[in-house]
Amino acid sequence: MQAKVSPAAKIFLMVVILILYAPIFYLVIYSFNSGGSMSGFEGFTLDWYRELLGDTRLLIIVLNTLVIALLSALFATIFGTLGAIWIYNLRRGKNTIIGLNNVLMVSPDVIIGASFLILFTIAGIRLGFYSVLLSHIAFSIPIVVLMVLPKLSEMNPTLIDAAKDLGATRWGVLTKVIIPYITPGIFAGFFMALTYSLDDFAVTFFVTGNGFSTLSIEIYSMARQGISLHINALSTLLFFFTLILVGIYYIISQRGGIRLGGLRR
Amino acid sequence: MNKKVIRNLYMAPYAVWILIFVVAPILLLLYYSFFDIHGEFSLINYQRFFTPVYLKLTLSSFWYAALITLISLLISYPTAYFLSKTKHKQLWLLLIIVPSWVNLLLKAYAFIGIFGAYGAANNFLEWIGIGSRQLLFTDFSFVFVAVYIFVPFMILPIFNAINGLNPALIDASNDLGASKSTTFRRVILPLTFEGVKTGCQVVFIPALSLFMITRLIAGNRVITLGTAIEQHFLVTQDWGMGSTIAIFLILIMFVIIRLTGFRKRGA
Repeated sequence: MQAKVSPAAKIFLMVVILILYAPIFYLVIYSFNSGGSMSGFEGFTLDWYRELLGDTRLLIIVLNTLVIALLSALFATIFGTLGAIWIYNLRRGKNTIIGLNNVLMVSPDVIIGASFLILFTIAGIRLGFYSVLLSHIAFSIPIVVLMVLPKLSEMNPTLIDAAKDLGATRWGVLTKVIIPYITPGIFAGFFMALTYSLDDFAVTFFVTGNGFSTLSIEIYSMARQGISLHINALSTLLFFFTLILVGIYYIISQRGGIRLGGLRR
Repeated sequence: MNKKVIRNLYMAPYAVWILIFVVAPILLLLYYSFFDIHGEFSLINYQRFFTPVYLKLTLSSFWYAALITLISLLISYPTAYFLSKTKHKQLWLLLIIVPSWVNLLLKAYAFIGIFGAYGAANNFLEWIGIGSRQLLFTDFSFVFVAVYIFVPFMILPIFNAINGLNPALIDASNDLGASKSTTFRRVILPLTFEGVKTGCQVVFIPALSLFMITRLIAGNRVITLGTAIEQHFLVTQDWGMGSTIAIFLILIMFVIIRLTGFRKRGA
């Protein structure tokens, strides 16, 4: 398949990539516009960044978003990894459990959000930090399982037999053999969970109350009121943050031999 | 026996998760779909779903989702195909994936600026002589932004399918005298059809349930099943009807997955 790429094909690819990046750079460029709107660049300014850094309310929301992302990714990774080990050890019903695992992967966000809203209302959990955290853990668990399970399957089962023959306890087998082997999968799962949480809008929109907001929700309510260039400043910072995350994920997947398949939901 | 229970305790959180966050929510949606807005048990929601208003809504939602999927496919297949022929293909692929990691809301917000009355798109139209026009809050902008968002998700499975193709098969086809177009039609296309199916699945289902873009970009001109569910849950507070639409959306989803086969996104 290493045939020559025709010039037309090259141009086509370039146009696709250009269009994919155009809106992002459009935001970034106008974040330096002293004009105050996203049309007509008047002059260079850093005012929007200054305004952004002075906005304590927004900084608290950024902090909320990060705390939710880190905590949910952490819990989802623990529960998801244990779940994957359980599925790996199952003799019967493996496919049923994997099927159930994948329900939240394919469900549209609106359905996840609406059904979780009913769930929290019935359980009497007040909408706010905890309902958002629980939802994020819930929708991140399946991706961790899907990242860890292939690593478990490619592990040679004789490794476990050997460890047992040499007198390792179940705990020893888990911590000294299995976990080290699947660590790349666990890290990949953690980062996917992290990005799921950071990116989520729809589910959070349903299960967040009045007092609690994440960045996506905040951008949505700001955008509904129209253009405001400190959203642009915020997006520029977020874009570079995303690049860093992609870089980390790329390194993990290269080292761990995980196929580059990690997309948002 | 007791020891065995303790040994298997490690799977408890995961099992609890399946029960509470996978099984229970679906059952709750089903349960709520049998209650009308006053909390009385009734089948009215199902009757209402089959009235022209909701059938038209479902049809138009399908129409838009199909359109979005088709356009995404027409862009993604050649992109994936050319991508697989480039020298540093993994790097190019990464370049295409990166925008999909950028927060969805920011991309939608960017298009509010681009399609605005004095935005870049109108400047461009002005420049090529067509003249500026209303772009934001139209069907066009809705489909454009949706395609923009979904294209990377479509490219990835197709790219993986093409990339996994055995090159010997193409050489064989060429050696046996097939023309380029025949090779493409009879060898490459059938063998990468799985990737196309996966791509369509990961675009069509979310496209049916888009709701944020319908508000920000289409200005409520387009109402999808997702928008209807959101409206019933968060605006009119008619959870029964919202759940009924959700149940139908789940049924549609299962039919589509049956037709296309489940794949992890991008696998």
